[in-house]
Amino acid sequence: MDAYDKVKLSRLKGRPTASAYIQNLFEDFVELHGDRRYADDAAIVGGIALLDGKPVTVIGVEKGVDTMDKIRRNFGSPAPEGYRKALRLMKQAEKFHRPVFCIVDTSGAGCDMGAEERGQGQAIAENLMEMMTLKTPVISLFAGEGGSGGALALAVADQVWMMENAYYSVISPEGCASILWKDSKRVKEACDCLKLTAADMLELGTAERVFLEPEEGFDSVWPEIKTAAIEAFAQAEQLPMEVLLERRYQRFRSYGRWNNA
Amino acid sequence: MQLNGLFKKPHNELEKGGRTVPEDNHQEVTRTCPKCGWSLPISELWENRNVCKCGYHFRMNARQRIAFIADEDTFQEMFREVEGRDVIDFPGYDKKRKSAALSSGENEAVVCGTAQVDGVPCMLFVMDAYYMMGSMGTAVGERITLAFEYATEHRLPVVGFSVSGGARMQEGILSLMQMAKTSGAVKRHSDAGLFFLSVLTDPTTGGVTASFAMEGDIILAEPGALIGFAGQRVIEQTIRKKLPEGFQRAEFQLEHGFVDLIVAREQQKETISRLLAWHSEGEKHNGRL
Repeated sequence: MDAYDKVKLSRLKGRPTASAYIQNLFEDFVELHGDRRYADDAAIVGGIALLDGKPVTVIGVEKGVDTMDKIRRNFGSPAPEGYRKALRLMKQAEKFHRPVFCIVDTSGAGCDMGAEERGQGQAIAENLMEMMTLKTPVISLFAGEGGSGGALALAVADQVWMMENAYYSVISPEGCASILWKDSKRVKEACDCLKLTAADMLELGTAERVFLEPEEGFDSVWPEIKTAAIEAFAQAEQLPMEVLLERRYQRFRSYGRWNNA
Repeated sequence: MQLNGLFKKPHNELEKGGRTVPEDNHQEVTRTCPKCGWSLPISELWENRNVCKCGYHFRMNARQRIAFIADEDTFQEMFREVEGRDVIDFPGYDKKRKSAALSSGENEAVVCGTAQVDGVPCMLFVMDAYYMMGSMGTAVGERITLAFEYATEHRLPVVGFSVSGGARMQEGILSLMQMAKTSGAVKRHSDAGLFFLSVLTDPTTGGVTASFAMEGDIILAEPGALIGFAGQRVIEQTIRKKLPEGFQRAEFQLEHGFVDLIVAREQQKETISRLLAWHSEGEKHNGRL
């Protein structure tokens, strides 16, 4: 299977969306809405749930399941208010000492006129800055698509995990193809050039863990992710806060720091 | 619905790179103002800091900006040894970097160093549109991060001029990571109580807008500068209509609350030096001498 096959799988209709992850990994989810500034963005689902009996803040990009639901959720492309809702819930998690679990599945941040008018760039920038020093453990799991800044805005985390067929990329393969060859149909080649698969992320050090996707469905993988999350949060809670934050800073600090620096 | 051009292949103006070679003052080349149509000799334009009589701000390269912002002979360049590399074996990247170096005279898309502005010391970084449209790869991210870390350690304010098409595609996911890396360095500088003045110039888009450029304590913009997250072509393809005149320009960003002030080039040094002095740690600078 090549990179393009994986990208197609990551977008496949019927693939579990964030809500399925929430349902299968956590108990007693209570959804919390709104950014307290402007609106509630349905492309981001967030709230509090139990993991192994302990409260966790869960935030995911939700693409929607049927056509009406997808339209309502802008096909999982969050607006600025979605990122601001996510940050509000993260700050709440920090206050009440809850770890944060993010589920990333977006082709990219919303790029309509309204998103620009309400500061999409500023909203993402603020999340990057604030997540870097958020005083609570953060794990981000890439469930499907990981499109550019819109994905990174939920992934300034202590650990990034990926499903086997999820991808993470600086630009959409279509965008890359149209810039490189003025031909958005040469997606397959673009997927190869960008090094965007889960395996590439492990190699580049931009992800810590990959979960294999069994052919028979996701049922056998949920317990594995759940156990991993319980263990990772337990380990993170053992660390003094300044160590956790220093490691998070150094995690990103190391990317593209060559020996000439 | 307008069908004209609907199926036209998109191409990205920003990635062409190195369209204009920095002018040679010895030849009396003229440039035509896209706003008023007037043709101006380069030398005359430069005397007016690349601003047309009608107020249109032509682009400037990094060295030109440094020359008009920093006090004479105070700029000490740093981190020039940090260069990018073809990390993911991307087709054509090495060639592209070579031609960008030729057209810009720089070895990367940002120039950093310490400087004084009307006697106030600061860390200054200036991005260069003539090097791959100021796109941010690992070297740009590393240099800006080092600049903020140095400024934090030496308790200096930072003045940063942004011009960028966004994260650099050719270094893949590691370019995207520079958004988080630079933001982390800005946050540490900010948490240390230090001042970051961000100046947005034409164009500031994509991953640079969505990271350090929008993280200044005070954000200035040049008149008419295109400032936004998504590229105009991408938005037009999404909404399937043409964007209104002035969309994402500096004036639009001011109106929507995302920049503090639009400052014409002529007033920039004065405004920057005043703001720097008011936020400077050195006692003698607080009252502007």
